[in-house]
Amino acid sequence: MNIFDPQGPIAAAEKTILIDSVAIMLAIVIPTIIAIFAFAYWFRQSNPRAVYQPEWAESGRIELVVWAIPVLTVTLLGGVAWIGAHQLDPAKPVEGTGQGITIQVVSLDWKWLFIYPDQRVATVNTLTVPVGAPLHLQLTSASVMNAFFVPQLGSLIYTMNGMTTRLELRADNVGTFGGLSGHFSGDGFPDMMFDVHVVPQNEFSDWATKSVRSDNALDEKSYGELIKQSVPKDKAVYKLTDPELFQKIATQAIAPGPGPELTAKIGATDAR
Amino acid sequence: MLGKLTWAAIPFDQPIPLLAGAVVLVAILAVLVWVVVKGHLPYLWSEWITSVDHKRIGVMYTLLACVMLLRGFSDAIMMRMQQAVAFHSNGFLPPEHYNQIFSAHGTIMIFFVAMPFVIGLMNLVVPLQLGVRDVAFPTLNSVGFWLTATGALLVNVSLVVGEFARTGWLPYPPLSELTYSPGVGVDYYLWSLEISGVGTLVAGINLVTTVLKIRTKGMTYLRMPMFCWTTLAANLLIIAAFPILTATLAMLILDRYLGFHFFTNEAGGNMMMFMNLIWAWGHPEVYILVLPAFGIFSEVVATFSGKPLFGYRSMVLATMAICIISFMVWLHHFFTMGAGADINAIFGIASMIIAVPTGVKIYNWLFTMYGGRIRFATPMLWSIGFMVTFILGGLTGVLVAVPPADFLLHNSLFLVAHFHNVIIGGVLFGAFAGYTYWFPKAFGFRLHEGLGKAAFWFWLVGFYVAFMPLYAVGFLGMTRRMQHYDVPEWRPWLLLAGFGAVLILIGIGFQIAQLVVSIRQREELRDHTGDPWDGRSLEWATASPPPVFNFAIPPDVRGEDAYWSQKALARQKATVGEPHYEAIEMPRNSPTGFICAFFATVVGFALIWHIWWMVIVGLIGAYATFVVFAWRDHDEYEIPADEVARIDRLNIAERRDMVSAAGSLS
Repeated sequence: MNIFDPQGPIAAAEKTILIDSVAIMLAIVIPTIIAIFAFAYWFRQSNPRAVYQPEWAESGRIELVVWAIPVLTVTLLGGVAWIGAHQLDPAKPVEGTGQGITIQVVSLDWKWLFIYPDQRVATVNTLTVPVGAPLHLQLTSASVMNAFFVPQLGSLIYTMNGMTTRLELRADNVGTFGGLSGHFSGDGFPDMMFDVHVVPQNEFSDWATKSVRSDNALDEKSYGELIKQSVPKDKAVYKLTDPELFQKIATQAIAPGPGPELTAKIGATDAR
Repeated sequence: MLGKLTWAAIPFDQPIPLLAGAVVLVAILAVLVWVVVKGHLPYLWSEWITSVDHKRIGVMYTLLACVMLLRGFSDAIMMRMQQAVAFHSNGFLPPEHYNQIFSAHGTIMIFFVAMPFVIGLMNLVVPLQLGVRDVAFPTLNSVGFWLTATGALLVNVSLVVGEFARTGWLPYPPLSELTYSPGVGVDYYLWSLEISGVGTLVAGINLVTTVLKIRTKGMTYLRMPMFCWTTLAANLLIIAAFPILTATLAMLILDRYLGFHFFTNEAGGNMMMFMNLIWAWGHPEVYILVLPAFGIFSEVVATFSGKPLFGYRSMVLATMAICIISFMVWLHHFFTMGAGADINAIFGIASMIIAVPTGVKIYNWLFTMYGGRIRFATPMLWSIGFMVTFILGGLTGVLVAVPPADFLLHNSLFLVAHFHNVIIGGVLFGAFAGYTYWFPKAFGFRLHEGLGKAAFWFWLVGFYVAFMPLYAVGFLGMTRRMQHYDVPEWRPWLLLAGFGAVLILIGIGFQIAQLVVSIRQREELRDHTGDPWDGRSLEWATASPPPVFNFAIPPDVRGEDAYWSQKALARQKATVGEPHYEAIEMPRNSPTGFICAFFATVVGFALIWHIWWMVIVGLIGAYATFVVFAWRDHDEYEIPADEVARIDRLNIAERRDMVSAAGSLS
C-alpha cells in the first residue's frame, strides 16, 4: 500500500505533486534550520568573539526579506495547488484503453459492497478491475461515513448515506493491491480492508461471465443480511438481480443500516 | 429514579478501566483525607478554591492541565502499546475499549490539557505584564475555571460509570447519532464540552476585556509585550469560535435527546453540515492554542538572548493576520468530501497563506537571537527545540494543504504525525517553556535546571522517535484509529513509535522528579529579587510570588520592554526615593465559581443518565447561586497603606541589592 509505488496515473501524479511540494519547501526550510543552529551556537553567552548588540531589534531590509521568502514560496505552491486541484479533481474523467467500467461502491457496517451494474455482478471486500481501462466509481454509504481508499491507485474519497460521490481511476499494472476505509466507522472499522485485483482485460470479461452464474443472488433478502452490523468471514460473489440497488441505497429508498441495538433485535427475530 | 443508571453501568467485567478508576479514586480519597486530617481544608477553601485572584486561578488551571496530561498520556501509551502488539491479533484492548481510549485521548489533550495550560499561563501572566492589579471580571474568571474542571471531572467519571464516546475526538454523525451510538458515551462527551465550553468562553471574555480596557499608565497597545498581543488574538478567537462549538454540539444533543434531525441520515439531516460547523470552530481552535505559545516563545527568546524582540511591529501584524485568516481555512479538513476543484483549490491556497505570518514569526525569533548573548536555560532549550520541530510540522501542514497531496494522506497516520508535530512541538513545548519560565514568578523559587534539561531531551528525542515513524507508516497507507491490522510492512514503524512513547514517559518522569526535587530544595532555588532571568517585561518588576495586589504603585510605562528600561534607568540613578503608598481595594473571594460548578456537575451527570428530577434540582441550585452572588453588598476589601508599604519595602530592598550588584559588574 506504499503511496510511493503508484499503480495508476492518478496516484502517480499525486505522488509527483507531493514530492515537488516537499522539495519547494525544503529549499527554505533547510537553510532556516541551519541558521537556527548556527545563530544559537555562535551567539552563545560563552563566545567572546560574538558581538553583543543589546539594542538591535529593527531592520527594514531583513523584514522585507523575511516577509518575501514565505510569500514567494506560497505563491509557487499556491500555483501547484490550484493546477493540481483541477487536474486531479476526483470526479474528472481519466483516459484509458478499452471500455470503461462502472463500479458502484457501498460502504456497509463493516464491509465493502462493489456493484458492477453492467456486468450484473456484485462482490464483498474484493474489487476486480481490468488493467488500463477507465474506472468510473460511484460511491455511497449504507449507514455511517466511511472513505474509500486504494493507496496505490490514489485519491481517497468519502462515502456518505443519501449522497453519491464520484471518483475516476485507472490501474496500469496487473497485480493485487490493498484497499481500506480511511474514515473511522465503529467497532469493525479495522476489518474494512479489501483486495483490488487488477487483471488483464480478457480475464476480466471471463471473471464477469463466471461470476454472473453465481448461485448467490443479491436481492433484498441477502442485502438485508449484509446491512446488519457484522464483519464478514468470506468474500462473497453475487449475481445482481436488481440493477437499481445502488440508486435505491443512495436515495434512501432502502432505509439506512440499523445500528447495534436494531441489529441485535433483528438477529433475535431470526433465531425465533 | 435514576434514569438509565443501573449497576450495569459499572464495567465490572473490564479490569483495565475499573482498576484505573479504583487507583484514581483511592488517590483522590487519600489526598482528601490527608488534607482534612492535616487541617489544610480551611486554607485550601479560603486561599484557593474560593480565590478570585488571577494568579491563583492561573495556577489552578495549569495544575488541572498537568494532572489531565497524565491521564491523556496514559491513553496515548496504551494506544501505542496496542498497535505495537495488535498485528494479526486483537491485542490487549478490544475495539469498544480501544475506540474509547483514542476518543478520550484527543478530547482530553485538546480541551483539558492544552486549553487550561495556555489559559492558566495567560491568567497568571497577562495582568502582571500589563502592570495591573487584577483582571476585568475576577469572579467570572473563577466560574470559568471551575466549569472547565467540571468538564474534566465528567470525562473521568465516564471511566468507571458508563462509557466514554467511541466516535473519535470530534463525534462525526451519523456515527454519533442515537442509531449508531446508543450508549451514554457520546452524551458524556457532549455535556462535558457544553459545560467546559461555557467556562472557556467566559475566560475568553475576561481576558479580552482585560487587555483592551485595563492597562497601566503608558501601556499603549504598541508597548504591550508580545504575549499580551497573542493573548488578545487567541481570546478574540475564543469569543468568535467557541459559540460555534457550543451550538453545533447543542444541535447534536437535540438530535440525540429530542429526536431532531440536524445531522441524521433520515429526514433531511446532513452530516456535511456538522463537519463544516465543527471545523469552523476547530481550525481557529488550533490557533487559540498555538498563538499563546508563540507569545511565550517571543518572551523567552528575547529574555534569554538579552535583546528586545526583533521586528516587534511585524510580529503584531503577523499575529493579527493569523487571527483573521484562521477563520477562512476550515474546509481543508475535508478536501476528500468531493466538493469540487475550485473550492478545494481556494481553501488550499488560503491555508498556505496562513503559513506566511507564521514563517515571519520564525524568522523574527531567529533574528532576535542574532547579536544576542544567549543563555541556554531550560525555557530557551524548549524554544529552540520548538523552532526546529515546528518548522517540520509546518512543512507537513502546508503539504496536506495541497489538495492532491491530501488525497493520498488524508486521515492517514501521516496526518496524525503532522498535528502532533505542531501541537506537541508548538503548543506543549510552549506550555513547558512558559511553565519553567514563570514558575519562579508564581511560587517564589526556580525549578531544578538539571532535571528540567533531562526532561527536555527525553521529550524532544521521544517526540521524534514516536512520530517520525508515523509519518513513514502514513506513506505506507495506514489510516488512523486501527485497533488491529494485518499488514507486515506497518509493524516495525509502530514498534519504533511505541519505543518513542516510552522515551516521552521517561521525560514526564523527569518532570515529576523536577517538581518534587525543586519543592524540597526550594530554599536553595529561592528567587529573592522577583527577577530570576534578568527579564524585560513588568511581571519581573514585582516580587516572586507577587503580593495579592501585584504592584504597590502602578508602574508608569515609558516604552517597549518596560521593566528593562526601568532597570537601565535605576542603574544610572543609584537611589530612587520612597514612593507614596496608598490603600488598595481588592475583590473579595467568592465561592460562586465552585458552587456553580458543583451544580453544573450535577446537571451534566443527570442529563447524561436522563435523571430528570436531578437536572431540575441542579438548575435551581445554579440559579440560586447566581442570585445570591448578584445580591451581595460587599464585593471588595481594603488593604491599608501601611501594609502595602511593608510588603513593598521588603522587595525593593532585595531588588536594590541586585541592581547595584549588576551595576558594579557592568
